[in-house]
Amino acid sequence: MSKIKELEDFATQVRRDILRQVHKVNSGHPGGSLGCTEFFTALYQGGIMEHNPDFNMDGKGEDLFFLSNGHISPVFYSVLARSGYFPVEELNTFRLINSRLQGHPTTHEGLPGIRVASGSLGQGMSVALGAAQAKKLNKDKHLVFSLHGDGELQEGQNWEAIMYAAGNKVDNLIATVDLNGQQIDGSTETVLPMGNMKAKFEAFGWDVMEIEDGNDMQQVVDGLNEAKSRTGKGKPVCVLMTTVMGNGVDFMMHTHAWHGKAPNDEQLETALSQNPETLGDY
Amino acid sequence: MKTYKDTGKKDTRSGFGAGLTELGRTNPNVVALCADLVGSLKMQDFIDENPERFFQTGIAEANMMGMAAGLTIGGKIPFAGTFANFATGRVYDQIRQSIAYSGKNVKICASHSGVTLGEDGATHQILEDIGLMKMLPGMTVINTCDFNQTKAATLAIAEHDGPVYLRFGRPKVANFTEENQKFEIGKAVQLYDGEDVTIIATGHLVWEAIQAAQKLSEKGISADVINIHTIKPLDENAIINSVKKTGCVVTAEEHNFLGGLGESVARTLAENNPAPQEFVATQDTFGESGTPDQLMDKYGLNAEAIIKATERVLKRK
Repeated sequence: MSKIKELEDFATQVRRDILRQVHKVNSGHPGGSLGCTEFFTALYQGGIMEHNPDFNMDGKGEDLFFLSNGHISPVFYSVLARSGYFPVEELNTFRLINSRLQGHPTTHEGLPGIRVASGSLGQGMSVALGAAQAKKLNKDKHLVFSLHGDGELQEGQNWEAIMYAAGNKVDNLIATVDLNGQQIDGSTETVLPMGNMKAKFEAFGWDVMEIEDGNDMQQVVDGLNEAKSRTGKGKPVCVLMTTVMGNGVDFMMHTHAWHGKAPNDEQLETALSQNPETLGDY
Repeated sequence: MKTYKDTGKKDTRSGFGAGLTELGRTNPNVVALCADLVGSLKMQDFIDENPERFFQTGIAEANMMGMAAGLTIGGKIPFAGTFANFATGRVYDQIRQSIAYSGKNVKICASHSGVTLGEDGATHQILEDIGLMKMLPGMTVINTCDFNQTKAATLAIAEHDGPVYLRFGRPKVANFTEENQKFEIGKAVQLYDGEDVTIIATGHLVWEAIQAAQKLSEKGISADVINIHTIKPLDENAIINSVKKTGCVVTAEEHNFLGGLGESVARTLAENNPAPQEFVATQDTFGESGTPDQLMDKYGLNAEAIIKATERVLKRK
C-alpha cells in the first residue's frame, strides 16, 4: 500500500472519530475539523513533523505544533490519540465533565500533546512565535508549526504577530491558514471580506505558498514538505491552504451550517457510511 | 519606636531594572520582552548585556504576552514589561488564556501603576489592575514599596514557577527597606508592633503608613503596621493574628477600594475574625493629570489619610 493511501485511510478513521465525538455529546465543531483532517494527518503521520508522543512540554529536540483555532479540537484529539499521545478510548470522554478532552484544547488537565490553551481566537501565532524564538535561543534546529482559521485572522493580534515575525526574521515558523471561507455567521465574504490574503502576508514580508486543495493528501504532504524547504531563509513561511469545511461528508460540505453543530443519529449513520472504518473505532 | 531611614529617594522601576540586570548575569534562562517602553522600565542594562535574550515587540502588547507564553516552552523565564495599564486591562484575555489558564511561567512586570504616573492622566494610570490580576486562578500578585524591595522581588519571582504579576511605579520614593533583603513571596513584613490598630499597606502606601504610625504614636495610639507586598497569595495568618490583637484595621493602597488589597483583607477577616475596617484607597474613580504628590493628596492616599482612617476605625471598635 502506498504511503498516501495509508494516510488517506488514517484520515478516514479520523473523520469517523470526529463525527462520533461530537455526536455523542451533541456539541463541538465538526465542520472545520473535517476540513483539516488531511493537514493534521500529514503533520503527525506523514513525516512532516518530527515529534515525540512521549510528551514533554518543553519539546526540545522536536518540532512543535500550535493550534490557534482551538474549536477544531475533535480532529486534533483524534490525531494525537491515534499518534500515541493518549489512549484512543479517551476520545469517548470528549467534552464530558472531568475529562482531559475539554471543549477547546487546554494544558490545564495535562492532556499530552497540548502546549497552550486555545479557543479564544487570535492568540496562537504569538505563542508559536515565542516558542520559535526559544528554539533559536536553544540552538534547536527544529521547526514550529501553527494552524489558524481564515475567519480568525480578523482578530488584530494576528497582525501584530505577523508583523513581528517578518520584522525579526523568525524563519523557523510555518503558519498555515485554513482557507475554508466560512465562519459562524456565514461566509467570510459576507461577514467581513478580508481581501487578498496572499498579498497581505507578502506585504508584511512573509514567504507565502499555497496548497490549492487542502483535502488532497498528496498535495498537503507535498505542500508542507515544500514549506519546510523554505524555512531558514530569513522569512517566516505562510501556507495558504484551501479546504472545504465538512469535507468527507456530503451534506456537511460547502456550508457554515456545521461549524458548531453535531449530527443527529440518522445523520451520523449517513456520515459514517461515507467514511468506512479503517483502523478500528474506539 | 523603630525608625526607618530613607536612604535616598529612588523609583521602584529602577529596582526592577537593577534586579533584571542581575538576573541577566546569574540566570541564563531569563529573557525579557518590552513593548516600546525600554527606558521607562529601566531595561537597557539587561539589553546591553544580553541583546540576544531581549525581544522588542513594538507597540503590540497582545503579541508580547503571547510570545512570553511561547518562550516558556523551551524553558525560558520571560519578564514582559510595560505600563501597568497596558500590562493588564489591554491584554486581559491574552494573559487569561495563554498565560494563566495555560499555567505558563511568565513574569508580567508592570511599571507606572496607580495614579503616581502623574501628568499623563487617567488613560495611562490604572487603579484596577490588582483586582484584574488577583481574580485569575494561579496568578501571584506582588506590589512592592521601594527600590530595594522591588529589586529583591524581581530576583525572587525568577525562582518561583508560575505566572506572576509584579506591580511597581514611576516616581522617586523613599528607599527604606534593607538592601539585599531576602524576599519571601506570600510573607508579610512586620514593620511595627502595636496594640490599638492594625495598618496594612502595600506599594507606595507603605512609607506613608510608617509616617502615619509615627504621628499616631505621638498621639498615644499604638499601631501594628504590616507591609503586604504579596496580595496573592495573601499572608492571612499575619493579618488575623494582628487584628486579633488590635481589634480593627486600616488598609492602604494606591488602587480602587473595589478589588484591591483592602477587599482581600476584608474577606480574610470576615471568614476568620470580623473587625471594623477602613479603606485608604481610591473610591471607584479614574485618576487625572497632576503631580504624583498632588494626586496622592487629592485622592486621599497618604499618611494624613491613614491617620484620619485610623481615627475613624478606632471609634468603631
